[in-house]
Amino acid sequence: MAAPMKSVGSSFNATSFQKKTRSKLISIPGTRPSVQNGQLIVSTGVTSLDYLIGGGLAVGTVLLIEEDRYNSYSHMVLKYFMAEGVLCGHELFLASAQDHPDDILQELPAPILDDIASHSPLEGRMQLGGQHASQDAMKIAWRYQNLPKVQTALASSSRFGHYYDISKKMEPEIRQAANCYAFYLPEHPTESSATRSPLIESYSALLQSIQEVIRKGGFDGAAPPSKSRNVLRIGLQSLGSTLWGDDLCCRDNPAHGHALTTFLYGLRALLRSSLSMAVLTIPSHLIQNRAVMGNIIRLCDNAIALESFKGSDRETNPLYKDYHGLLHVRQVPRLNCLLTELPDHKDLAFKLKRKQFTIERLHLPPDLSETVSRVSRGELAGAAAVGTTCGTSSNKHLDF
Amino acid sequence: MFAELNAILNTSPDSFKQGEFILVSDRRADASFLVHHFLSFYLRAGCKVCFLGLAQSFSHYNAVSQRLGVSLTQAKEKGQLLFLEGLKESLDVLLGRTSDTGSRALDFLRDPAVGLRCLYEFVQASVSDSGDGGEGGGGPPVLLVDDLTVLLSLGVSVGSVLDFSHYCHATVCSQLKGNMVMLVRCEGEEDEDEDGDEEGSERLLKGLTHQCSLTLHVQGLPTGFCRDIHGQVEVCWRKTQKDKPPNQKKLFQYKVHDKGASFFARGTSSAVL
Repeated sequence: MAAPMKSVGSSFNATSFQKKTRSKLISIPGTRPSVQNGQLIVSTGVTSLDYLIGGGLAVGTVLLIEEDRYNSYSHMVLKYFMAEGVLCGHELFLASAQDHPDDILQELPAPILDDIASHSPLEGRMQLGGQHASQDAMKIAWRYQNLPKVQTALASSSRFGHYYDISKKMEPEIRQAANCYAFYLPEHPTESSATRSPLIESYSALLQSIQEVIRKGGFDGAAPPSKSRNVLRIGLQSLGSTLWGDDLCCRDNPAHGHALTTFLYGLRALLRSSLSMAVLTIPSHLIQNRAVMGNIIRLCDNAIALESFKGSDRETNPLYKDYHGLLHVRQVPRLNCLLTELPDHKDLAFKLKRKQFTIERLHLPPDLSETVSRVSRGELAGAAAVGTTCGTSSNKHLDF
Repeated sequence: MFAELNAILNTSPDSFKQGEFILVSDRRADASFLVHHFLSFYLRAGCKVCFLGLAQSFSHYNAVSQRLGVSLTQAKEKGQLLFLEGLKESLDVLLGRTSDTGSRALDFLRDPAVGLRCLYEFVQASVSDSGDGGEGGGGPPVLLVDDLTVLLSLGVSVGSVLDFSHYCHATVCSQLKGNMVMLVRCEGEEDEDEDGDEEGSERLLKGLTHQCSLTLHVQGLPTGFCRDIHGQVEVCWRKTQKDKPPNQKKLFQYKVHDKGASFFARGTSSAVL
């Protein structure tokens, strides 16, 4: 049975095998199904952050970034997220109570667009040169020749998302091609509601305007598929701060203690039924009430915290001289699957290179000083050996 | 449904103890995999299940249940499962829209001070009409709540949630001889020193521990994060079993897999042996 089938296939010089494609799966530029669970994901704009949260941000989920003390790095991650949306042709929704959204958009980092073309020949040459160099250098360290090159920065094997140069700003032509909805609280009329809902007016207005954008822009998952689907990237800056009319940050027992959590519940409800995802930053170091913060994290799907060394005594600590801050993973997404992809380990740090923001595994620098005592390790090893051989050899450390 | 957990709890879908209130709680770990276990367990047992899915959308529960071998959509069509999708229902209320089509179960969102009477009435109506000879399979009714802490986040007071659980206990467990499973999620650390102004979920956990008959407390490992062991479960039978002393406790470590979870005694993970 198999043989004639085979001959028929070869005579036509084309097999009947076809790659199984799911026609139902919508293909939107800048998105791809996750390797782990088939969820549609988008890049956050920071490659190492994508890797950390399981390949990318799943459509319909919320990424919470707990702000660092001066809100410089978290703000940057938010801008990366928006810039990636501009380049992928996604639509944007940016809400803020502090800076005008248009001002934030003007400061988006410039993409490094031609890196694929220029990168590969250069890399090949580099590798050639590297081999020549290694033939000389490896004569000494021949034992390490076959060891893989240590890579500290987190990255997946395949490329997803773009690289950005934060020292430059994105050209206005690229920026203006993207469709952006802005929500600037001071310019937005909020009507005071008479209901006794826990939502305060600012959050209620924000929720309503997100809902309107989703409905009008056709991002609604329940709506009939119109001409072409696109995804909406929602960026919300400094939620929970006093500028939003929230007293979560300034009092121990806030009067609107449930406003933000109720808003996040509504946001989750909106996102789960639409083609959109949100990144929001919250000044968590100002929130005194830890129970509230726990509820906030639980209502977001991903949560990371940036702890910058600026202003802390760790800035001058030589242990951390290679990094700008620590990154804590508070929550990993658990959507449509029982098992979550946990990060390899949780000791992570971020650093801001000249042009790029990266997240790396935290490594302590080697102690190269001459006075460092290395005797203790030898002693430890000796003690361990004694422990295993169980006293078959006499040892001077053991004195019965 | 995790076979190993059934062995630990000494139950099976064919024979399980009725009238039980099982409390699932977690701290520094995620206990939602146990909710999926109980959902598939009771659906296999042929019980009429009322599920209050407040934390996630229906498609999430459906996708996970499919991996565990149970189809929620079929169960829903058969009338065996009554699913309240909190996310969907709450949106109309939060956006200030008035719709007559939606149920009034989440009316507490308009004014959390009123309490959870509407939600209880929804539960009561859905569990008690199983006696009409519907397609429930004839089993006892079961109430599952995924995440009571969401109610606290939405502004409901701890007292109202405790009242709600007490009423449900009286109706489902005592009156109808059914079972009840509730999930509570707590903060990272236990605050021993702050007894005066105790935080919401801690007080809720204490109150519910008092009411329930079996607790499954999921914790992160005390030694920190590990890839191969996801945490530990403390199983505590509060009510006396026939041949066992009261307040019996057992501790297991667990690992969640793609289609299930494995439970093992402390220190006997295959990763360390």
